[in-house]
Amino acid sequence: MNDKNDRQHNDTQFSLNHVQQAGLVILRVFIGWHFLYEGMIKWTDPEWSASVFLKSSTWILSGFFIWLTENDTLLAGVDFVNQAGLVIIGIALIAGFMTRTAAVTGIVLLGLYYLAFPPLFDGGVSAPGGDQYLLIDKNLIEMAGLYLLFAFRAGNVIGIDALIKIKKVSQKYEQ
Amino acid sequence: MNNNQKNMDASEPKYINRRQILKNLATLPVFGVFFLALQKKWDRKAEQKEEILKRLGLDDASAEAQPPPVIKHAGDLIRIGIIGIGNRGEQLAEALGYGHPDWIGRQRNERLEDWLAQEDLNVAITGVCDVFDQRARRGVEISDCDIRPTRIKARRFRNYREMLDSPEVDAVLIATPDFHHAPMTIAAAAAGKHIYCEKCMTRTEEEVHAVETAVKGSGIVFQLGHQNHQNGAFIRARDVIRKNILGKVTLVECTSNRNSPYGAWVRHTDKKGNLRPGNADTIDWSEWLGDRPKVSFSLERYYNWTLWWDYATGLSGQLMSHEIDTAGQLLGLGIPASCKASGGIYFYKDGREIPDVFQAVLEFPEKDLTFLYSASLASNHDRGRLFMGHDATMRLSNTLEISIDQESTRYEKEIASGMFDTAQPMLAFNPGSNRLDAITSASEKYYASRGLYYTYHRGRMVDTTHLHLKEFLNAIRYATPVSVSIEKGVAVTIACHMATRSFREERPVRWDPVERKIV
Repeated sequence: MNDKNDRQHNDTQFSLNHVQQAGLVILRVFIGWHFLYEGMIKWTDPEWSASVFLKSSTWILSGFFIWLTENDTLLAGVDFVNQAGLVIIGIALIAGFMTRTAAVTGIVLLGLYYLAFPPLFDGGVSAPGGDQYLLIDKNLIEMAGLYLLFAFRAGNVIGIDALIKIKKVSQKYEQ
Repeated sequence: MNNNQKNMDASEPKYINRRQILKNLATLPVFGVFFLALQKKWDRKAEQKEEILKRLGLDDASAEAQPPPVIKHAGDLIRIGIIGIGNRGEQLAEALGYGHPDWIGRQRNERLEDWLAQEDLNVAITGVCDVFDQRARRGVEISDCDIRPTRIKARRFRNYREMLDSPEVDAVLIATPDFHHAPMTIAAAAAGKHIYCEKCMTRTEEEVHAVETAVKGSGIVFQLGHQNHQNGAFIRARDVIRKNILGKVTLVECTSNRNSPYGAWVRHTDKKGNLRPGNADTIDWSEWLGDRPKVSFSLERYYNWTLWWDYATGLSGQLMSHEIDTAGQLLGLGIPASCKASGGIYFYKDGREIPDVFQAVLEFPEKDLTFLYSASLASNHDRGRLFMGHDATMRLSNTLEISIDQESTRYEKEIASGMFDTAQPMLAFNPGSNRLDAITSASEKYYASRGLYYTYHRGRMVDTTHLHLKEFLNAIRYATPVSVSIEKGVAVTIACHMATRSFREERPVRWDPVERKIV
């Protein structure tokens, strides 16, 4: 067996017990639910646009974020990526379909949100009466959650990814 | 083969069976739960909003009509003369759809698109008049703006009298220093020209009566430049007052805060301290002074005229006029019965005559109401504009927020039942949608409180001056009413002069309604 197959086997094996597997599925569904809800809220609000968020962004990337809002076509693209991206990632995570791709895409999106408003040493209050953060905020925590889903191939526990995997394995054995 | 692989091969199924399919699709019912929950949330939110608006009597809230659109037909072009084409004069031209090439080049894409999307008002700027050569030249260039097919290159008039004699001008926009407003308005009315005049309408009380007589006897259209009447938030605010949502309003508190030399009318130098252009050769000083005491040419007086009583009315005419006008348009106040004002020159010890900190208390006993005004030119702290009623308080700026009073008798039941939350603003106006809406989520509260609830690309930003001018032009064309007619202008301007008099004479002043004068 060559190295590549070896790695694949190591990645796809499960030495997690049921309690651990359940934890992973719960984390996946919860994060998926949150993405789907955020996406649906934006999608169904005809007045929603990322422009308000981007225009008031802080820190070193604010120039880039403001630039994104200055061209209508570009902004429409950004809006679409946010709305559709959040919804698709949410669906994928709940269903456990293409979980690793969804997790990585989610990490990228959350990373951009984080960079637009990082809770640095000045400020760090999200909204009046809201949560308090110092460097680590809920975007980063959710990113860490997605990283776990990615690392543990959470779609392979209970999910469409698992079905696809079984199908591949069964085909291999049929041969 | 290592142990892991053995484990996998032993434990993992090799073929798909029904049990595996069911197991691996076990999370799909989550979608059903999600969409049921989402639907329930939306239904509840809609019900809640509807109920709040119903209880407040705002459920039939429909936006007030904008001035009717311009209908183009032959001979309908209105020819405009601009008297005084400095900063404000240029802004008026831009609101008419005419911009200087320099200015157009400086606009960012979005702002430029908004400007180009402004309705074509079917006007030409046929005359400009300014005592400063440089500004007059710019004015002529502005009139030749190639975006407008109806443009007619303006003639430069040496003084306003020549312009008023010209048959090439139908209406004038007056954007000169305040002390010129009255003589120009009186002369323009006599010449039969329609007038759009910037505030403050006059420099003195006597001039108010002269202007009123001149305008009323002439049959021309007159509009005073309080353009915030056209602001969507103000239109909604009028609706809120009319529907008595605030209960009995007994105190209106309006404020102005600025904290920069430019904001304090130190304008003869740029930010680096260099003198701005202009000298005795390029500025017609005698024409600029008009009937004011003769003094030698002064660049400071030319740019910073607001700082001298000879030319202006201080903070009351410059800034309070907008505030008393706002209260007046919402509550139908008219002329105050009395006024006490105070203040001083506490920050800008630069030889100015007008105060930089100023307070005025105007009483309207017939309306059971006090109007309180406070201004500082040495602090930017935003204190807003508050209409305090027994049942609710309205905070009005570009946005509008209504907070229910905890001790309100009218909303007692709703407060007790928890439907009305008194800790947070409960209604907000969203300028993007031009709609007054109930706030039901934390993020809405946040955006409303920060004044960020704009949609920049879907709902275009429209200049209120453009709408105010459009209303003026419609009044000329179709005899429709204007928002700030001469009657309203008189009330606002008298209130300003009462505050100025009270401050300067260091005593309370009253309005004598029989003699129609300040005593």
